[in-house]
Amino acid sequence: MAKTYPLKMNLNGKEVQVEVSASATLADVLREQLGLIGTKIGCEEGECGACTVLIDGQAVNSCIYPAMKAAGRRVLTIEGLAKNGELHPVQRAFIEHGAIQCGYCTPGMVLSAVALLGQNPHPTEDEIRRALAGNLCRCTGYIQIIEAIQDVAGRSQG
Amino acid sequence: MICEEYILASTVEEALAALASLRGEGRLIAGGTDLMLQLQRGERSVRCLVDITRIPGIDEIKLEDSYIIIGAATTFAQIERSSLIRQRAPVLAEAASWVGSPQIRNVGTLAGNVVNAQPAADGSIALLTLDAEAEIANLTGRQWVPVASLFVSPGVSRVDASAEMITAFRFRAHGPRESSAFERQARRKALSLPIINVGVRVLLNAEGTHVRDVRICIGPVAPVPFRAQQAEAALRNRAIDEDAITEAVEAAVLESKPRSSLLRAGKEYRRELIRVLTRRALLRAIAAARG
Ligand code: FES
Ligand code: FES
Repeated sequence: MAKTYPLKMNLNGKEVQVEVSASATLADVLREQLGLIGTKIGCEEGECGACTVLIDGQAVNSCIYPAMKAAGRRVLTIEGLAKNGELHPVQRAFIEHGAIQCGYCTPGMVLSAVALLGQNPHPTEDEIRRALAGNLCRCTGYIQIIEAIQDVAGRSQG
Repeated sequence: MICEEYILASTVEEALAALASLRGEGRLIAGGTDLMLQLQRGERSVRCLVDITRIPGIDEIKLEDSYIIIGAATTFAQIERSSLIRQRAPVLAEAASWVGSPQIRNVGTLAGNVVNAQPAADGSIALLTLDAEAEIANLTGRQWVPVASLFVSPGVSRVDASAEMITAFRFRAHGPRESSAFERQARRKALSLPIINVGVRVLLNAEGTHVRDVRICIGPVAPVPFRAQQAEAALRNRAIDEDAITEAVEAAVLESKPRSSLLRAGKEYRRELIRVLTRRALLRAIAAARG
């Protein structure tokens, strides 16, 4: 039996503490223990980005990220993006641009986009493509996703 | 089952003491982007993971005298963004920008890349090109050793991650008339291992007409990251012209021993890539060194 440890982190703006197994990944803890199933599992080996969450604003693959590494960090999942019932601008743009089909890649795509815009509010198309290179989508062909992100970046230019 | 225990070490000494008490059943984890896969697939088993990423200072990049020192747990994303490395060791910044995906670069570390000892690891090829040294800490103390001496065979390094650790890397920052470049070809631009990668560093004479010194490193063309010394010899103390570049490139093709791999590429194609990428890297590094 693996040992368990109390893990404290800031999850979607709230301080939480949860007892986690030494052996757990962050995706396990989010999905199985905290019920945050917006974080998806695709490949479970760091290739598809469906499990992307942000740690201190940076995208990571939660399926290969030991839960213990999140200690004391700010963790943002797709559930933490909407504020007061209002979708995040990136979420709204994905809907408006038809950037969602089956939706399985969407939480990861949206979070990679949010991480990018946090570091670089006005990315070029090339920078957007690079930022999404770790997120696979089997439906949309990516074009609408890129347009949605360009739309948000353009709007914030004002 | 990945492990039974997990320790976030707060000093190098604490990490080493934990490993010692585990008597070979513990293993260091930095970013874990390779290790977690090996554990999940059952290719490795450990009782306790000792995480070194919370040790203060272990993820810092600094310039001391003329040396760039990079903490072992510095991520590829930090390296890719560092203006010091982009300006004074571009081969490493360029190599880092090719690793995995943004998610992998935000977590994966240079030390992990070296300890995993893959012959085409982008970070290892760049460090070799820079004549980098690694500081190894174990119970007997700390010492600097050439990174080139750490590779044994594919997947096997001389660093025993169940008993010792790399704490930092260091190499000389490029001076005047010196520069470097990294070239790589893969099936796609992200999340794919290189078919061939090449790191080049050149030091020119004051007039920028001759090569004083040069490093050419290539992967995967041998069981370990490979330094093409005959290609280097073909250029050292030569006037820079088309003949010299062609001689060096052909020497690199001749001394490399790429293998055919079903998924990545045949050896014939790899040889052609060595020719093309070595030339590109040389020309780019020379142009940058001329400034
Ligand atoms: S599920 Fe984590 S990268 Fe695919
Ligand atoms: S919308 Fe189906 S995988 Fe992207």
